[in-house]
Amino acid sequence: MIPLRLIGRLDIKGPNVVKGVQLEGLRVVGNPRDLARRYYEQGIDEIIYMDIVASLYGRNNILSIVAEAAEDIFVPMTVGGGMRTVDDIRAALRQGADKVAINTAAIGNPGFVREAAEAFGSQCIVVSIEAKKRGEGQWEALTDNGREVTGKGAVDWAEEAEALGAGEILVTSVDQEGTRKGFDLELLAAIHDRVRVPVIASGGAGTDEHVLAVCQAGCADAIACAGVLHYEMSSVPELKRCVGDAGFEVRP
Amino acid sequence: MIAVVDYDRGNLFSIARSLAHVGAPFTVTQDGAEIRAADGIILPGVGAFADAMAALRSRDLVETLRDVAAIGTPMLGICLGMQLLFSRSQEFGETKGLDIIRGEVRKLPTQRGGMRIPNVGWRKLDQARPDPLLETGEPAPMFYFVHSFVAFPEDRDRSVATLRINGLDAAVMVRQGAVVGCQFHPEKSGPAGLALLQRFAALLGGQKGAVRAA
Repeated sequence: MIPLRLIGRLDIKGPNVVKGVQLEGLRVVGNPRDLARRYYEQGIDEIIYMDIVASLYGRNNILSIVAEAAEDIFVPMTVGGGMRTVDDIRAALRQGADKVAINTAAIGNPGFVREAAEAFGSQCIVVSIEAKKRGEGQWEALTDNGREVTGKGAVDWAEEAEALGAGEILVTSVDQEGTRKGFDLELLAAIHDRVRVPVIASGGAGTDEHVLAVCQAGCADAIACAGVLHYEMSSVPELKRCVGDAGFEVRP
Repeated sequence: MIAVVDYDRGNLFSIARSLAHVGAPFTVTQDGAEIRAADGIILPGVGAFADAMAALRSRDLVETLRDVAAIGTPMLGICLGMQLLFSRSQEFGETKGLDIIRGEVRKLPTQRGGMRIPNVGWRKLDQARPDPLLETGEPAPMFYFVHSFVAFPEDRDRSVATLRINGLDAAVMVRQGAVVGCQFHPEKSGPAGLALLQRFAALLGGQKGAVRAA
């Protein structure tokens, strides 16, 4: 049994951390520096910065935010949004990112995942999947932060991404995202069963019990939380206490 | 002064920030003379073994690093930087390493239903023996790992701490005299990692002088 890896996910638009419901209706919830700092001091295990408009505008404004965070936040940082080329990845790593998350460019050009993994190692490449339920046991992978359909099955795409060299799969349930109704355990289990690299659960955390449910189901290797932390419905120590009390190992 | 070896393959920025945070004097350099003059060396590394060795070779740093290790300069190899200390790696065919510590780097074993590879996340060290860089006492610290390969020292006594991965007691921290390697990332391991770097910095100076005098 590996210890819980609890990730704070910051969706970035311009200078702000934003949060929506099912990736829509975005509201500003704070500034990235303050939130990252707070989560680090509370014992977060990792931080994901996702530039959610980068693929729309075709540019990446997130690196200065990451560089600033790297000044005094000493846990791993993953950066996603607008990663299109090996040079984009190199720039992110230079600014202090440890890993990059790729979605739109990976689906548009799966060879990019292989190219990135060969250049930087699989451990550096997270393929991000935005999965939208289309029927019983069926999910479609979306791109551009849920704005574009691809016709590609999310579970098949996860398997393909692993074969291309992805070191981790970040699975965001578009249906659950922002609803605070809990993770899509069925989706997570389907992908977790199909791939052998670590899976990160994202989308739906509203209570401590939602996070615990993922641990109990054993359908993810790491859990990303956003709104539940941003809106202080819980906190890093409370989430860890809940999971720890249930017998799972957590980092103190 | 700590020389952080810059061969364009490591997370230099994070290591530099961590050293600054713990108040350790350091310089980020690829200059052989500066590396030879340093009180301590940190060898970072992210990416592929062969590529990293080629980058060291092209900067004429292979002999430099072997020499400073031989005279007893404290050295800390981190992640791929630890693996580079070994004789060779089996990543994408066999590649020669710095050969400061005898042994070989191999892919982590996989196991159905076992630990997933890459091994990503925070882990508590198993069977850690006392080491000047490690804090003792409870709770045992956790460190952040992200790797698919691991070193197998020929002499198991080189292993300071192991991690149980799919039936293997992987050597995730090694020591040979003043040369130390850690598979985890102290610069990404929160307060526990910063404490390790602080200990490394605090032990410098005296250690090098002592070995030289002997």
